[in-house]
Amino acid sequence: MLLRHTPKEIVERSALTVNPAKTCQPIGAMYAALGIHKCLPHSHGSQGCCAYHRSALTRHYKEPVMAGTSSFTEGASVFGGQANLLEAIQNIFTIYQPDVIAVHTTCLSETIGDDISQITGKAQEEGKIPAGKYVIRASTPSYVGSHVTGFANMVKGMVEVFSGASDEKEDQINVIPGFVEPSDMAEVKRITREMGIQAVAFPDTSEVLNTPQTGRYEMYPKGGTTIPELKSTGRSRHTLALGQLASGPAAKLLDAKCKVPCTLLNLPIGLRNTDIFIETLRQVTGASVPEALRLERGQLLDVITDMHQYFYGKKVALAGDPDHLVALTQFLKDLDMDVRHVLTGTPGKKFVNRIAEITGPNVNAYEAKDMLYFHQLIKNEPVDLILGNTYAKYIARDEDIPLVRTGFPIYDRIGHQYFPLFGYQGGLRFLERILNALMDRQDRDAPEETFELVM
Amino acid sequence: MSPYDEKIKAEEVKAEMLKAYPTKVARKRARQIILNEVQAGDVVPEIKANTRTIPGIITMRGCSYAGCKGVVLGPTRDIVHITHGPIGCSFYSWLTRRNQTRPEKATDANYMPYALSTDMQEEQIIFGGEKKLKQAIDEAVALFNPKAIGIYATCPVGLIGDDVHAVAREMEEKYPHINIFGFSCEGYKGVSQSAGHHIANNKVFTDVVGLTHNRKPGKFVVNLLGEYNIGGDAFEIDRIFEKCGITVQATFSGNSVYEEFISAHMADLNMVMCHRSINYMADMMEKKYGIPWFKVNFIGAESTAKSLRKLADYYGDKELTARIETVIAEEMPAVKIVQDEIKPRCEGKIAMMFVGGSRAHHYQDLFNEIGMKTVSAGYEFAHRDDYEGRKVLPSIEVDADTRNIEELTVQPDPQSYKARLDETRKTTLAAKGMALNDYEGMMAQMDNGSLVIDDLNHHEAEVLIEKYHPDIFCAGVKEKYVVQKYGIPMKQLHSYDYGGPYAGFKGAVNFYKEIDRMINTKIWGMIKAPWDIHPQVVAKYGWE
Ligand code: SF4
Ligand code: SF4
Repeated sequence: MLLRHTPKEIVERSALTVNPAKTCQPIGAMYAALGIHKCLPHSHGSQGCCAYHRSALTRHYKEPVMAGTSSFTEGASVFGGQANLLEAIQNIFTIYQPDVIAVHTTCLSETIGDDISQITGKAQEEGKIPAGKYVIRASTPSYVGSHVTGFANMVKGMVEVFSGASDEKEDQINVIPGFVEPSDMAEVKRITREMGIQAVAFPDTSEVLNTPQTGRYEMYPKGGTTIPELKSTGRSRHTLALGQLASGPAAKLLDAKCKVPCTLLNLPIGLRNTDIFIETLRQVTGASVPEALRLERGQLLDVITDMHQYFYGKKVALAGDPDHLVALTQFLKDLDMDVRHVLTGTPGKKFVNRIAEITGPNVNAYEAKDMLYFHQLIKNEPVDLILGNTYAKYIARDEDIPLVRTGFPIYDRIGHQYFPLFGYQGGLRFLERILNALMDRQDRDAPEETFELVM
Repeated sequence: MSPYDEKIKAEEVKAEMLKAYPTKVARKRARQIILNEVQAGDVVPEIKANTRTIPGIITMRGCSYAGCKGVVLGPTRDIVHITHGPIGCSFYSWLTRRNQTRPEKATDANYMPYALSTDMQEEQIIFGGEKKLKQAIDEAVALFNPKAIGIYATCPVGLIGDDVHAVAREMEEKYPHINIFGFSCEGYKGVSQSAGHHIANNKVFTDVVGLTHNRKPGKFVVNLLGEYNIGGDAFEIDRIFEKCGITVQATFSGNSVYEEFISAHMADLNMVMCHRSINYMADMMEKKYGIPWFKVNFIGAESTAKSLRKLADYYGDKELTARIETVIAEEMPAVKIVQDEIKPRCEGKIAMMFVGGSRAHHYQDLFNEIGMKTVSAGYEFAHRDDYEGRKVLPSIEVDADTRNIEELTVQPDPQSYKARLDETRKTTLAAKGMALNDYEGMMAQMDNGSLVIDDLNHHEAEVLIEKYHPDIFCAGVKEKYVVQKYGIPMKQLHSYDYGGPYAGFKGAVNFYKEIDRMINTKIWGMIKAPWDIHPQVVAKYGWE
C-alpha cells in the first residue's frame, strides 16, 4: 500500500494539510498569461517558485513553458524587489522580446509588500518598456485562495490594462473560458464559429500549450489572444464568463469598467451545461443553432440513452477545482450516477451549497480540505469510480477503484491538451472514458458465467 | 572537426550568445561561458559559478527549499517532512523527484507519498505562524507517530519572524521520543538549490548523525553519499555491493531510513557520488569522526569498475580485491554485448548536458562508452570546485549570498573520532594515485575547445542548439520540450524521463539502449510532410 498510513477513522485537523487538493496562486496566473499571444509570464519573487510552476505546467502539457523570474536573493527580500523587477523588465524586453510581460507576485514579494504598479510605473518612466509593449500585473499571494484565484486575478489584470471603455460597440461578444485546457478553449471558439458568432476568447492557450512538432521551436507560438483582440473586449456587446471562480472577477470588471454586461455560467461540461451555454449564446447574439451542433447534441444524448444502465446508480467520488466540480457533478447526476463525495482544496463556503443544490443534501461536499480527507471519505464509504487529478491514482490503486483523470495536474497521461471536456463532443469523449473505466472493471471482475460478449 | 576549428567555433558561439545581452548581463555571462583548455597539472581556466541568477533571465535553477527538502531530505522514507509555508512549495515537491524507496515490510513506515504543509494563510502571515506549526506537528504525530520530523521553512517564514528551530525544540520536549529538527531553507537563501544542500547537510550532521552507534555487520562497511536513487540507481549499486561483499551502512539519501543516518558515523569510508549536494557532509564527517572520503562515479560501466577498484585499493584486502575483480569480470560481458551492438550507431555523435551539480560530469562517461562526445556541458548550481577541482577551494571568494549560509566549525569528537587510516597507509594510497577527500572537477576531463557553461539559460540553449545541432541534449523537464521541438532528442537527467536505473552495469546497458532508441528512431526523419518535401503539384484536380 502506498498510502499505508492513512487511517480510516477521520479525525478533524485544523493546522496540518496532508496531500493538498489545491496549489498556489502564481501557477494559475502563469497559465492565464500564456493565453496572451507573445506574452512572457514573469514571477516576481525568488526563482524557486517560478521553477516549480514551470515544471508543473510542463509536466501537465508536455510542452515548453517559458517564464521569467526576479530571482530574489536575501538582499532583495530585505530591501524589496524593485531593483530586481526593473532589471528583469529591461532584460526580458531586450533578450526575449515579448509584446507583453505579465507580472505576478509570490508569497515573498507579497509579504515584503512590493508595489508592482508603482514599480512598473517607474519602469515606464525610465523608458524600460519599449513603445507598443505592455507590462500587466496581478497580485497573487499564495496564502489566499488557490491556483484558481491566481488565474482569476491574472485574467482580471488583462481587463485592467487592455480593455477600454467605449460607446462604440462592436458586433462581438467576449467569452472567458476559465481555468480549462487549451482543447476546451479551442472548443469554445469552434462552437461560436459554428454559430457564426464573432467572439473574443481570452485567455486562450490553444496552440500555445498544444503546439505541433515542426522541427522548429517558436518561443511565442501561433496561439494566444492578441493585444488588439484584448483591447476590443471593452467594445464587445456581452461577456460570457465560464466558471464563476476563474472567470467571474474579470467579467465583472469588464462590466464595471467598460459597461459590457456579463452572464456567469457554469463550465459547458456535459449535456445540460452545454445546452445552457449554447442557449445563452443564442439569446445574447440572436444566432441560430446550426445543424452540426444539433447533430453533436443528438449523438451525446443517444449514447446516454444507449448506455444508461452502466451509469445508473454508480457511486462516484470527485476531487478537483470548484468550477469543474460543479459542472461535472451536474453531468454525473444527469446520467443518474450517485455522487457521494465532492471535495476541493480551494476555500469558499459557497461551493458546498452549490453542490448540494445539484445533488440534494445526501452528499459529502467539502471545501478547503485535502486528499487525505478525500481518501478517508472513500474508505468510509467506498465508490465505483473516482474522478480526480494524477495524485488520485495513489488512492485508486490502494482502494482498487477505477480512476478517470480530470482536472489539474495530469502528469501521467496525455489527452487533455487535445481533446476537450467542453461541449457535446467533449461530453461524448468523457462518457467514453467513464464507460471504459467501468466496463473494463466489470470485465475484470465478472464471474466466468456472467462475462459478457455484448455489452 | 579539428581541435583548432572546434575552438574557433566555440568562440563564435560564445560571441553569438553574448550579442543578445545588455552590456551588464553580457559582462557577467562572459565569465560563466568558458572555452575549456586543460593545461599541465590539470590546470583549467577559471569559471564564475554559484553567483546570482540575473533577474529576468529564464533560468534552469530552483531554490534553496528544493535543494534541502526536495533533494537531500526528501528521499528518506521514514522522516515526516512538514513544509512550513503557503501550500505551493509543498505541492510541487510532492513525489515529483522519482526517488524510489522500498520498505522491507508492508508495515514499515513510508511517508514519501505524503506531502505535509501548514498551508499558511493570511492570518499567519500577519500574526505569525508558529502556533499553527505547533498544532500541525501535534496533528502529524497523531497521524503518523514517526521517529523523526523535519520542518522546512519556505520564503515568507523567515520574514515574518517564525523560528522553526525554536518550535522544533519545544515540540521535541513535548514528544521526547521523536527527533524534531528545522531547516531555515527559505527559497531566497543563497543563489540556487545549492544553499539548500548545505543547510540540509548541516542540520542532518548536527541533529541526526551520531546518535546511536550501531555498525551493520560486515567486514567492509561504507556509506554512499549523494546518491538519491532516482529511477532505482541506488538499488543497482546496492546489488553490485552485495555481490562484492560490501555493506552499505547508510546512503544519503536514496532508499534511506532514519536509523541508518543516526549510525552513519560507524562506517569505514564515505564514497561521494554527487559532490555538490553532499560534500559538506563528507567533509564534516571526516573532521569529526575521521572518516575519509573519495569521489566515485557509478554512472558508466567503466566508471563503475573504476570506482569499485578504488574501493579495493582503499581496503587493500586481497580477498576483497579478488572478489571485486570477479564481479567486474562477471558483469562486463553483458555490457560489452550491448555496447558493441549500439556503438556503431552512435559513434561520433555529439551530446550536450546541463544538469544539477554532478550529472553533467558523470554522464559524459556513459556517452563516451558508446563513442559519443560531449561538446558542451555545465551545471545548474555547482560551485567552482565542481568545475575546476577542489584545489581551487582556497581561492573561491565568499560573497554575501554564500556568507549567509552557515559554515559549521567541526572538531574531532572526543569519543567517536577514529582515524581510519594511519600515515603510512595514506602515503601508500597517495603513491597509488588515490586522491582522498578530493575531487578533480569536470573540466579536467573535458576536451580542449569544448564549451563549459555555468547556469545555462534558455537563450544560450537555443544558440547552442542552432549552432551545434547536437544529436542529443540533456537537461531537465523545463528544457525537455523546447529541445524536442527543434527535432532533437532530449534526455532528462534529473528524472530520467521516468526510466532508469542508469547506474552500475545494468544501468549502463539501460542507458545505451535508451540513447540508441532516442537518437536512431525513424520519427525524427518524418517531421516534414510529403507536401513540404515536394511542394510542386502537376495535377489540377485531385481526381485527374
Ligand atoms: S506557495 Fe509561495 S513560496 Fe511556495 S511556490 Fe507558491 S508562490 Fe512560491
Ligand atoms: S545529481 Fe544533480 S540533481 Fe541530483 S542531487 Fe546532485 S546536483 Fe542535484
